[in-house]
Amino acid sequence: MGKERIEQSFQEKQAAGQKLFIPYIMAGDGGLDILEDRINFLAKSGVAAVELGIPFSDPIADGPTIQAAGGRALANGTSLKAVLDQLQSFVAANTAVPIILMTYLNPIYNYGIEKFVADCEKSGVDGIIIPDLPMEEEELIAGVLQEHSIAFIRLVAMTSPKERMIEIAKRSEGFLYAVSVMGTTGARQSHGANVQDYLDTLKENSPVPVLAGFGVSSIEQAHELSAHCDGVIVGSRIVELFDQGQDEEVRKLIQGSIEVGVRR
Amino acid sequence: MRKSSDLLHLLKTIERMIPLTTYTMPDETGRFGSFGGRFVPELLMPALLELEEAYEKAKNDPQFTEELNYYLQQYVGRETPLYFAKQLTKEVGGANIYLKREDLNHTGAHKINNTVGQALLTLRMGKKKVVAETGAGQHGVATATVCALFGLECIVFMGEEDIRRQKLNVFRMELLGAEVRSVSQGSGTLKDATNEALRYWASNVNDTHYILGSAVGPHPFPKIVRDLQSVIGKETKQQIVEQTGKLPDAIVACVGGGSNSIGMFHPFIKDESVKLVGVEAAGAGIDSDQHAASITKGRKGILHGTLSNLLQDENGQITEAFSISAGLDYPGVGPEHSHLNETGRVHYTAITDAEALDAFQALSRIEGIIPALESAHAVAYALKLAKEMDTNQTLVICLSGRGDKDVEQVKNRLEGK
Ligand SMILES: Cc1ncc(COP(=O)(O)O)c(C=O)c1O
Repeated sequence: MGKERIEQSFQEKQAAGQKLFIPYIMAGDGGLDILEDRINFLAKSGVAAVELGIPFSDPIADGPTIQAAGGRALANGTSLKAVLDQLQSFVAANTAVPIILMTYLNPIYNYGIEKFVADCEKSGVDGIIIPDLPMEEEELIAGVLQEHSIAFIRLVAMTSPKERMIEIAKRSEGFLYAVSVMGTTGARQSHGANVQDYLDTLKENSPVPVLAGFGVSSIEQAHELSAHCDGVIVGSRIVELFDQGQDEEVRKLIQGSIEVGVRR
Repeated sequence: MRKSSDLLHLLKTIERMIPLTTYTMPDETGRFGSFGGRFVPELLMPALLELEEAYEKAKNDPQFTEELNYYLQQYVGRETPLYFAKQLTKEVGGANIYLKREDLNHTGAHKINNTVGQALLTLRMGKKKVVAETGAGQHGVATATVCALFGLECIVFMGEEDIRRQKLNVFRMELLGAEVRSVSQGSGTLKDATNEALRYWASNVNDTHYILGSAVGPHPFPKIVRDLQSVIGKETKQQIVEQTGKLPDAIVACVGGGSNSIGMFHPFIKDESVKLVGVEAAGAGIDSDQHAASITKGRKGILHGTLSNLLQDENGQITEAFSISAGLDYPGVGPEHSHLNETGRVHYTAITDAEALDAFQALSRIEGIIPALESAHAVAYALKLAKEMDTNQTLVICLSGRGDKDVEQVKNRLEGK
């Protein structure tokens, strides 16, 4: 469960000479009843974990693609409670990959922090990412997560001064989420040249694996970034491909991206 | 063992007993009691820390104060009068009513008190670009104005729906050299424009300052905006004592995000004899689902970087606010107001669209002053309150803005369109 499960999954992939790949999907986009199949499909395609987004009315860290997916999910009645219930119906028993929830703070604050964490555990959630909770405010949930051994994955940004990067890396559990663009989620053609130095610095200082996310949309980008860290997180592109019914393209993107370790 | 709810109650009771002379909110983490804070993506944290440092330095720099006062006096037109509304007082037949005339400021509202100060901070931080959100366009115009004055590039995000409702203010901003960007996401109103402004800021944070328009958002914004707007309350205090020889018995201000009201209230917080009343928008009615009364009807939650009272559904999704006045049409409120509500120092109440419309017409007819629809909410409640007060008591209304911008909308509404 939790941190150990994430560590174990990562180690298995890395032992096989692969780079890590975490896809982001929006819970409830396309309906909650497809969730189990989708997670299993991703697991079979070779992902190291699945990042499951909880839709929120005001997602300030997200670009147009994920905003639209969240809008679709909310329109068909998706709520945090419904997602946790759905997960509990299959995940707790047995999923092939760790599940990491990505949620803005208000839905969980409203749900009740303690109840949320307890229900995450019941539902087999292994890790949590909260994009609007910086270090200064994290005591709101950090202690409760600790008691439940759910990994509290921290985000670091290109604007963080070095001492802050080191402190955030030290606190992060499971892995360190390296936000690798200046801005919101959403496909970009390329990442700036300084992103390599940024990832190198994180890699040198992080006791946990470093994954680069935001703006990653192609196998080439995945290779470029993975050369400087442990792998990538791909959101908007995956959300878009699933929405268009191009599941096979998703599989190709994942498999092409994880192979990089072998080629090097 | 004591239950934690008992403890919380005890703490709150103790908090109430602490003399208000020690009021020093917020603390260094941006908390007003249990409200406030800075709930933003890591990407923005360094910018908030930079802003805080720049502000603390500026505040203690006599040159900054001098410069700010110069522009407030020579450009904005301060100080604004505290006007004894004799006709209105006679008509109501209760307390003596005074109007703090923020409507006489350059650009027609209190909003410019904040934008002048933040533009000066922008220059001090060496930034060349400004981003802002706007609902009705008042804050957008006040921001575009100071950007023109100080040669700053200006981008204003405005909801698609608001652009449609407030075409003239869009043109005004463009005349002033700002770029207005339409926001179609969500409900296409102020909340969504604020989301987009925050997203834009995250993408351009190295050369851009975000001039937030009310006492909301992550620390240090609620503090900066309050301090800059406190000029309203400071002047009022001096003026009322000069004119009546004593402090007022009551002060009434409207609350959208809460900047004119906190600016008016803050200098009086320690004066416990002064009753402070914040008036929210009750829209179609406080028990309908069409209002903007985040304190009266909302629950604690996190939006736009701060923990405060919010309109939200049972799943923690933020719901839309409704009010005839675009400037009050926001589902959240500044954290300091949530705190002052919790401690009971300020009383919060709400006024409907219909009551505000009546007050809008009454003030126009009786005093020859057309108030902003936002301010008309304060007027409406003040008229009720004044009636219950003695003729030797005084009541101050914060007249936050003038109603020129609202005339067309009111005309349509009255004609049943
Ligand atoms: C004239 C006027 N009064 C009041 C408000 C409400 O804002 P706040 O509560 O921040 O004073 C606005 C906002 O646009 C306004 O234009």
